[in-house]
Amino acid sequence: MSDFLFARSQMAMSLAFHIIFAAIGIGLPVLMAVAEAAYLRTKKPVYLDLAKRWSRGAAILFAVGAVSGTVLAFELGLLWPGFMEKAGAIIGMPFSLEGFAFFAEAIFLGLYLYGWNRLSPILHWVCGILVAIGGTLSGIFVVTANAWMNAPAGFRMVNGKPTDIDPIAAMLNPASLHEVIHMTLAAFIATGFAVAAVHAFFLLRDRESAFHRSALGISLAVACVCAPLQIVSGDFSARKVAKLQPAKLAAMEAHYHTQNGAPLIIGGLPNDKSETVAGALHIPRGLSLLVARDPDARITGLEEFPRDQWPDVRIVHLSFDLMVACGLYLLALSITAACLWLKNRRLPDRGWILRGIILAGPLGFLAMEAGWTVTEVGRQPWIIYNVMRTHEAVTPMPGIAIPFFAFTALYIFLAISVFFLLRRQFLRSPEAATEKSA
Amino acid sequence: MTLELIVAFFMVVSLVIYALMGGADFGGGMWDFLATGPRAQRQKEAIAEAIGPIWEANHVWLILVIVLLFTGFPPAFSAMMTALNIPFTLILIGIVLRGSAFVFRKYDRDVAVVQRRWSVLFGVSSFFTPFVEGITVGALATGNIRIVDGKLTSGFLAGWLTPFAFVCGIFAVALFAFLAATYLTVDTSDDPELQNDFRQRAIWSGLTLAPIALIAFLTARKDAPDIFDGLTRWWAPLLLGWTSCFAVAALIALWRRRYVFARIAAIGQVVLILSGWSLAQYPNFVTPDLTFANSAAPQATLRLLIIALGAGAILLLPSLYFLFHIFKGDETR
Ligand code: HDD
Ligand code: HEM
Ligand code: HEM
Repeated sequence: MSDFLFARSQMAMSLAFHIIFAAIGIGLPVLMAVAEAAYLRTKKPVYLDLAKRWSRGAAILFAVGAVSGTVLAFELGLLWPGFMEKAGAIIGMPFSLEGFAFFAEAIFLGLYLYGWNRLSPILHWVCGILVAIGGTLSGIFVVTANAWMNAPAGFRMVNGKPTDIDPIAAMLNPASLHEVIHMTLAAFIATGFAVAAVHAFFLLRDRESAFHRSALGISLAVACVCAPLQIVSGDFSARKVAKLQPAKLAAMEAHYHTQNGAPLIIGGLPNDKSETVAGALHIPRGLSLLVARDPDARITGLEEFPRDQWPDVRIVHLSFDLMVACGLYLLALSITAACLWLKNRRLPDRGWILRGIILAGPLGFLAMEAGWTVTEVGRQPWIIYNVMRTHEAVTPMPGIAIPFFAFTALYIFLAISVFFLLRRQFLRSPEAATEKSA
Repeated sequence: MTLELIVAFFMVVSLVIYALMGGADFGGGMWDFLATGPRAQRQKEAIAEAIGPIWEANHVWLILVIVLLFTGFPPAFSAMMTALNIPFTLILIGIVLRGSAFVFRKYDRDVAVVQRRWSVLFGVSSFFTPFVEGITVGALATGNIRIVDGKLTSGFLAGWLTPFAFVCGIFAVALFAFLAATYLTVDTSDDPELQNDFRQRAIWSGLTLAPIALIAFLTARKDAPDIFDGLTRWWAPLLLGWTSCFAVAALIALWRRRYVFARIAAIGQVVLILSGWSLAQYPNFVTPDLTFANSAAPQATLRLLIIALGAGAILLLPSLYFLFHIFKGDETR
């Protein structure tokens, strides 16, 4: 593998790792704030236990989020100096704002985690809310930077130098809105279902545990509200991509030939040589209908683009279908759970639905990783769409394999440690969870 | 004052605060590693309690420096990250291990073997990271890193493998150890024995600073002539004089157990060292090819960045004050 490929792999690996903790950093504070609000209103100790228990997990997860994010901030320069040299002045703005959001998050997180006995209950809860706001804002800002890579705006390239820079216009680029909405929802969904899955697992063993029932109630409620919205938002994203990055859309749909009334191609193995998709399910006119709301609409195929501007169609298409499949499963689960909940006026706790929720735990994150793969691999060969190619941006540093393997090993080690530490926090009995010291 | 100097000023301020806050957290990790004697366990607990609530916030100052660097001075960021790719990668590994080991230790089983394993990782990375950070800052001053027409021509080993850079690394380690021990004397005011442990540590590490600084100065003559010239300008004796005054004051205060005063003097010392450094470095970013002026981003970016910094400061400084007030406020009274 070349240094270039190692650099891409290292970036992909670091981002794929960070995004898990980042999503939790957005979603978990909201769950904790809801639990604590429930405690403040009902004064039932089980909610306080819950908020405290979740916050122990949060302390571990946020630390990993913070260190892996720091790695990314440096890696932008360590791996892509050519990109940052041109883009820094244009998209530094959202990164700077993101920095402030981290500050807010880190400050109030410190107060939240260590302030149980030092702050009044209301003030403590407000700190939790501020952690949630800080986390969500940091996600929003950084995603606008990514959106800019997909839909660059707010500058002109003159002789290879960016001029007439307008950082605000760059931040509010045409891809920002759909990416921000979709990613923020994704964070709530992924965290919500993952937390719900853990508590569903414990409920399977002990159906009457008040602790796990309230935990499942809160996390499932958040996830079930967001999952249907995500489908609407995904459809919005896809139509935006069709307009902004037709090559990416064509790759997502494995759509080789421009045609009117294009079919929707589901699954299968795209073959760039023969420009066919083996073993796929075709829904006649499906793509035209979805993208343009018109069964006869003309959809641009990959054939319109020079070969050297095609992304890897297999990866993009299959990742896209994986995301959509996860999304549809989560939708079905949300609707079922909501119906049961409303009908019985009681948390759905039958064995089969709990098992369904456990299955949803990893699927939210899987959809998120797959979605990012669509966005990032679908942008290739560009690092800044239609402006700069990825290979022009890569560091001249040789031997990138070494940091790639080093960070991969490091992250595997962290992932295993986090897994066992979290398991330990969960397995302790709820009563022991109350903080032992201030 | 031009816009890029304002941004550079904010960067120096963030760097100084990072040294004062994040640096002390590193120092805490070193003393955790070196905890000895009958009160070793209590020393560790005091350190963990002091760092716990604030380390994530302290660490964001470094991120702020980096973000300001790549927004305000993109070519300098690219050049530094390319030329110093290896030490920066090492720093990152150190940061990852230290942050996670610290938190993992708190939440892992309270069994000696397990705790010791995380402690060693936490301690070693607390030494290692500031050491490489010092090397990196030193390397920028050596003048060995050359950028011609926006291309790095000096390879990936230039600058940071010099004796001067290594002495800078050692200095950073000693300085942070001294800072941490001094802060900890204030943090442990409810336990005189523990306080005395940290007092002795502060004095010993404070005493090492002078000879290390001297060696750095001497190696600078050959390895970092620009800094050396900078430090022999007219204002340098003044600055050096004040730095020494603060250093001596801090030591005397520690000796006489005037801990709050010692902490203020130690802070003054660090502020002066880093501002003197920045002045000696001025107007170069990466000596000699990249200056603040020739690597600055366009005015539109800088202007917005400064506005954002102002707004951010208004929102965040009170919050930060509140954080420290809640967790550190009762000690000084
Ligand atoms: C819980 C996670 C999740 C779920 C259930 C879905 N997505 Fe998604 N998707 C993401 C999480 C995600 C993401 C990881 O958050 C991405 C990556 C970039 C972005 O903006 O969101 C993404 C990107 C993304 C893009 C590319 C946007 C771009 O490149 O600008 C499209 C077109 C869709 N999604 C469409 C859908 C559709 C039609 C879905 C439903 C059936 C769907 N997504 C479910
Ligand atoms: C919002 C923040 C993000 C930014 C600024 C960003 C930036 C980048 C950059 C600079 C590269 C390297 C250049 C390139 O290959 O085009 C890259 C590649 C990549 N990123 Fe992202 N990214 C972001 C989010 C993510 C997330 C959350 C994932 C999660 C999986 C991800 C997955 C990838 C992958 C898979 C690649 C490699 C693509 C390839 O080389 O084929 N990205 N990203
Ligand atoms: C879609 C992509 C991303 C999202 C949604 C996201 C979101 C977040 C969130 C919510 C946090 C706080 C995490 C926590 O405390 O657990 C965080 C941390 C961090 N992220 Fe990301 N991030 C993304 C990509 C990036 C990229 C590309 C960078 C590179 C510049 C980055 C840099 C950082 C840094 C430096 C931190 C640490 C802040 C601290 O110390 O608290 N992130 N991110």
